[in-house]
Amino acid sequence: MSDLDTFRTETRQWLEANCPPAMRTPPGEGEIVMSGSRMRFQSEDQRIWFERMRDKGWFAPDWPVEYGGGGLDGASTHVLETELSRLKCRPPQVNLGIWMIGPVLLEFGTPGQKQHFLPPTARGEMGWCQGFSEPNAGSDLASLKTAARIEGEEFVVTGSKIWTSGAQDADYMYALVRTATGGTKQQGISMVLIDMRAPGITVRPIDLISGKSHFCQVFFDDVRVPVTNLVGPLNEGWNVAKRLLQHERRAMSKFAELNMPGPNLVAVTQKFQGDAQGRIISPVLRDKVAALDMEAHVQRLTQQRIVEMAKARKDVFNVSATMKYQAAETEKKSMETMVAALGWQGLTWEDAGVAMDAREATKQWLASKALSIAGGSSEVQLNIIAKRVLGLPE
Amino acid sequence: MGILFDSDQELLADTAHGFFEEHAPVAALRKLRDTRDALGYQPEVWAQMVELGWTAIIFPEAHGGLAFGYKGLGAVMGQGGRTLAATPLFATVALGGGALMLGGSETQQAHWLPAIIAGEARFALALEEGLHHNPPGTALKAEAAGGGHVLTGEKHFVVDGSFADQLVVVARTSGTPGDVAGLTLFLVEAKASGITRSPVRMVDSRAAASIRFDGVRVGADAVIGKVGEGAALLDAVLDRARVCLAAEMLGSAEKLFETTVTYLKERVQFDVPIGSFQALQHRASQMFIALEMSRSAVLAALTAIDEGSPQLSLLASLAKAKMSDTLELVSNEAVQMHGGIGMTDELDVGLYLKRARVQQQLLGDASFHRARYAALRGY
Repeated sequence: MSDLDTFRTETRQWLEANCPPAMRTPPGEGEIVMSGSRMRFQSEDQRIWFERMRDKGWFAPDWPVEYGGGGLDGASTHVLETELSRLKCRPPQVNLGIWMIGPVLLEFGTPGQKQHFLPPTARGEMGWCQGFSEPNAGSDLASLKTAARIEGEEFVVTGSKIWTSGAQDADYMYALVRTATGGTKQQGISMVLIDMRAPGITVRPIDLISGKSHFCQVFFDDVRVPVTNLVGPLNEGWNVAKRLLQHERRAMSKFAELNMPGPNLVAVTQKFQGDAQGRIISPVLRDKVAALDMEAHVQRLTQQRIVEMAKARKDVFNVSATMKYQAAETEKKSMETMVAALGWQGLTWEDAGVAMDAREATKQWLASKALSIAGGSSEVQLNIIAKRVLGLPE
Repeated sequence: MGILFDSDQELLADTAHGFFEEHAPVAALRKLRDTRDALGYQPEVWAQMVELGWTAIIFPEAHGGLAFGYKGLGAVMGQGGRTLAATPLFATVALGGGALMLGGSETQQAHWLPAIIAGEARFALALEEGLHHNPPGTALKAEAAGGGHVLTGEKHFVVDGSFADQLVVVARTSGTPGDVAGLTLFLVEAKASGITRSPVRMVDSRAAASIRFDGVRVGADAVIGKVGEGAALLDAVLDRARVCLAAEMLGSAEKLFETTVTYLKERVQFDVPIGSFQALQHRASQMFIALEMSRSAVLAALTAIDEGSPQLSLLASLAKAKMSDTLELVSNEAVQMHGGIGMTDELDVGLYLKRARVQQQLLGDASFHRARYAALRGY
C-alpha cells in the first residue's frame, strides 16, 4: 500500500470518527462559520467540528506546519478534499485569509508577516476581508483612488472601499491602495494589510435590492498602518493582486460548495404551473424552461470538457473564458422565468402566506442580478473573449 | 471514456480536413449547383471516401466494418460540414446503415452492410410527410398481403431520395397518424414498380425527392425489425443520425464563424477595422460562447452513442437543439457582419446560410427537440 493509500484510509477513518453527523448535511442560511475573533457558533457540533479540524491544521492543509497548516503535499491535500466531499462534510469554517491572502503571503510575505499573520489565520482566529473595489473603481479596478501616504514608519490611508464582504466581523483587510501617481494607472498601487479595529475606520452595511447582505462600504479617515504591513514591493501591488486573483477560482469553488441548492426552475414551474403529472401546462413556458434547462446542461458538459482538457494538459483558457458569462446569463434568465411563472406569488415581500420556495425565488431572482456584475461583469467577460481569444483589434 | 476526441479520432479529423479542403471545397458545391448537376454530388469524391474507409467507420468488424465508433464518423461529418461537402455519407451510412445495423436481420446485415461499406449501395430514409419532422404522424400505409406488404402513400423532402438505390421507408401498419404504435420500417428497392420519384431542388442545392408509393409490393423479408414496433427502432436510428448531423453543423458553424472573425479584422470603415467596434466584438464573443457550449453538447452526444448510454436521447435532442440555435445565430450574424457583400451570391456565406436552415429543419428543429427534451425530463 502506498503512502497516499495509507493516508486516504487513515483520513477516511478519522473523518468518520470525528465529523459530527449534523456537520455532514448542507448548511442552512446563516449556518456557515466565518472564522475570526468575532465568530459565533450556533451549535455544539459546529464548535466540535471546528476545533477538531483546527487542531489537525486542516483549515489550511497545504500550508507548512510552522505556520499552523497541515503540512500536506498537493496529492495528500487532494485526497483530504476528496474524502471531505465523499462524506459530504461541511467546511468547518470560511475565511478569505486562508484561500486568498494566505497563499500570497506564503509567496511574497516577509518572515515577520508570515509569523504574525499566518498562524492565527490558519487557526481561524483572524478573519479577513478584501478591499479592492471602490465606488469609482469597479470593472476598472486599476483606477482606484484610496490613498496611502507614508509618514515615518506608517502609511496614512484615506478613502473608501465598497462591496467588502464580511467587513463588520473581519479582523484584517488586505487592500489595494494608491501609493504613487503618474505612470499608468496600474503603477503606484500597493497591497497593504489593515487592522479593522484601527481608529478612523467606519463600516457601513449595504442593503441590497434582495434585502440584507454581507456587503459593506468601508471608510478610511487617516487610518494609520505600519509600513511593515506592505505586501510585496511598494507601488507594485497590481502584480501581487493578479497573483491573488489566481487563487480566486479555488476560493470560488469552495464558496460554491456552501451554496444551498436554491429553488430550481424546473421544480418550481412544475409545482406552480404543472399538471398532476408534473407536465408544464403552457407550451410557451415549457419551451422556455427547456431552453434554459438545456443552457445549464451544456454548461455542465463544458465544465466536464474543461476538466478533461486540463487532465490531458491542453490549454483551457479559451473555453474557460466562456463559463462566467454563460453561467451568469443563464441563471439570470432562469430566475426571471421562475418569477414570471410564479405570477403574483413571486412578487410578495416577507409574506408568511406565500409558499417558502416562492419567497426564496423572489430573493434569488433579485440576488441573481449581481451574477453578471460581480467578479468581472458580463461586459468585461465579452471584452476578454473578443481581445484575448478572438484577437479582435483595440 | 471522456467526451474529448482521442488521438486516433483527432488524426481522422485531420485527414478528413485535408481531404474535404482539397476534393470537396465549397467551390465544388457551387459548381454542382451552377451546372444543375442531376446527381447533386461528385461520384469520384464519394468513391475516394469509400476507399478511405469512411463508409465502414461505425459498422462491426463481423460485416467488414472498422468498429471505430460514432465519434469517428462525427469527426468526418464535422470536417464535411466545414466545406459544405455534398456526399451520400449521411443518408447512406448514418440513416440507411444505422437502420440496418440497429434493426436489420442477420441476413439483411450480411447482405447490405458490406454493400454500404463497399460503396455499392446508396440509401435514403423515406420518413417525412408533412411540413415538419413528425415521425408518429406517418400516414403512408403498409397493408399485409400475401405474406408481404403493399405500400401506398407519399414521402417528401427525402434526403438523397433522387439517386438512392435503396429506401428505408417508414410506414404505418396499424393505428392512425399520430399513434406511436403501429409503425414499421421497410427496406424497398428504389426502382421497385409503383414508385415514382420527383427530384426537388432544395435551397441548399442538394438532392432531395418527393416519392410516391402506388401499391408497392414488398416481401416479408423487407421488414426491418418487427412489424408495428418500428417507433423505438426509428428513434434509435434518428438519435444517432441527429448527433451526426449536429457534428456536421458544428463544422459549418465553426468555419462560418472563423470567416466572419477574419472579416471583422480586415474590413476597414471609418478608418479602423470594424472588429475594433465593441458592438461587434460583444456579438462575436457571444457567438464564440454559443459555439463552445454546442461543441460540448455534440461531443457528449457522440460519446453517449459509443458508450451505449441511456442518456443518448436526451443528449441527442440537446445537441440538435443547441446546435440549431447556434447555427442560426452564426449564419445570420455572418451575413449581417459582412454587410452588403454578405448579401451577394459571390460570397460563400449565403451557401452556409441556406444549408444551415436545411440542417436545422432536418430530423427536428430546435423547438421539436426542446419539446422532446422536456418530455424526456418529465415536464
